[in-house]
Amino acid sequence: MSNYPADSVGLVAAQTASFNDPFTLESGIELPGFELLYETYGELNADCSNAVLVCHALTGTHHAAGYHEGSEKPGWWETCIGPGKPIDTNRFFVVSPNNIGGCAGSTGPLSTNPQTGKAWGPDFPIVTVKDWVHSQARLMAHLNIPQWAAVVGGSLGGMTVLQWAIDLPEKLRHAAIIAAAPKLSAQNIAFNEVARTAIRSDPAFCDGHYREQGQKPQQGLAIARMLGHITYLSDDSMGKKFGRDLRDGKLSFGFDVDFEVESYLRYQGSRFVDRFDANSYLLLTRTLDYFDPAREYGDDLAEACKRIQARCFVASFNKDWRFSSKRSRELVKGLLDADRDVTYVDFESRVGHDDFLLNIPQYLETFGAWMEGVQ
Amino acid sequence: MSNTLRADLALISEWIQPNSRALDLGCGDGTLLAHLRDERGVSGYGLEIDVERVTACIRRGVKVVHTDLNAGLADFDADSFDYVVMTQALQMVRHPDKLLDEMLRIGKEGIVTFPNFGYWKCRMAVARGQMPVTPGLPNSWYNTDNIHLCTVRDFEALCAKKGIKILRRAVLDSNHQTDLRARTLPNLFGEIALYQFSR
Repeated sequence: MSNYPADSVGLVAAQTASFNDPFTLESGIELPGFELLYETYGELNADCSNAVLVCHALTGTHHAAGYHEGSEKPGWWETCIGPGKPIDTNRFFVVSPNNIGGCAGSTGPLSTNPQTGKAWGPDFPIVTVKDWVHSQARLMAHLNIPQWAAVVGGSLGGMTVLQWAIDLPEKLRHAAIIAAAPKLSAQNIAFNEVARTAIRSDPAFCDGHYREQGQKPQQGLAIARMLGHITYLSDDSMGKKFGRDLRDGKLSFGFDVDFEVESYLRYQGSRFVDRFDANSYLLLTRTLDYFDPAREYGDDLAEACKRIQARCFVASFNKDWRFSSKRSRELVKGLLDADRDVTYVDFESRVGHDDFLLNIPQYLETFGAWMEGVQ
Repeated sequence: MSNTLRADLALISEWIQPNSRALDLGCGDGTLLAHLRDERGVSGYGLEIDVERVTACIRRGVKVVHTDLNAGLADFDADSFDYVVMTQALQMVRHPDKLLDEMLRIGKEGIVTFPNFGYWKCRMAVARGQMPVTPGLPNSWYNTDNIHLCTVRDFEALCAKKGIKILRRAVLDSNHQTDLRARTLPNLFGEIALYQFSR
């Protein structure tokens, strides 16, 4: 593919940054060093003041925009990043790293533990959102960026933005927190626990040592992903998309796929096992569970928000039930109580939680209007 | 209508002390808050239910929270603003009396403007047996958002009942002036009423 859409950044390739100094995680465990895979779009200006950090969601990658060589599938946030788009690459230098602990190329369970010479596998330490912020701060220094014009992200990426704004307040001028929450609810954690149980109880999981055993917990990982996909769509949109449509037009009176929605979930599950590592999925869902920036401020979100200097944009989608509008409102209240600069918008949903990835004109227009104010 | 808007916003702007903090309930496209910020150094927040108007606020650099006033103002702490302003929205909310209480919980002072239903043209229409359609009340009964219209006298009676102190009143006549007639007989010649009040 050589002709890319005019509003795309076009052909892109990942780069790697290596950090060889020891890196102490929030857990107290020390990583001997780490690598971050990242992509950049647009040009850094002369005074290095136009850099925007994009933070990805649970299973996202550094490939946020444009196209890889030989691929027709654009990055995960192609709707929002590109020339003339809300995160306008004519104005901004966009940096999009892959989080540590993932399996898309940055240091994680698939990487080699230099102390043993073998892959970390299940022994890779649990990382937190705070760890991501501090690992990304090293990338920031590596790229000679003194301060982000904005840090932006959706879902777990939005939570990472919030952690940035609280932990390193002087390092960013704007923060866009989309379809996120100030922490997980008991119900959110419960879904994660079911997902993890599915993986860990798969006989092929082998306590996380499946690779050495030449196995892969495909069934467990697929179930975990199927569960995830149920929470990414609203009841309404799932109803509209699939209804009770039968795949073969009649009931089979068995347990094979009868309904279209079953076919969809099985497809999503099976596609996921090809690209994702089970140990990573366990770890990342734990990262989500642990996210709670108010904890170190006496469980007082407003107290945590008082540290924030960035102007904040908080957005939600009104039929998202994974991180509902109400959860964004909690964050808005924290920011208001702390007397911070916040703008909040609750958009009309199309599908639910996944809306933050989609081409929803009102969302793109309003988010774009806010990004225009980023100087 | 746009002249009326400018006249009532201009008056409100004079009532608000420079460098204070204001919350604008139903802030529309952010015209008042942008004006207060630029001319009076007022830092403010707007609340607005319509996403396109929210977007207009964002383009003006006005801080805005997308919300329904009928859902309440619990997100705002007591005494967090010097002024809570509501222009031409009192008659549209579900519980105007409770909203006045909320305004004075959040702000030291409240400022409201509303179309005066006691205005002589409204009375004429009702005397003719019809709901009024005037420059201040441009919609018909079936497509108006106004569900709690009141007169100058009604509003003052409610304030008296609630122990709300009226600090200042102005009425604008149909020429958007505060002329003698309207000052003398506000409930008859005032088309739009403006009040500043406190506990």
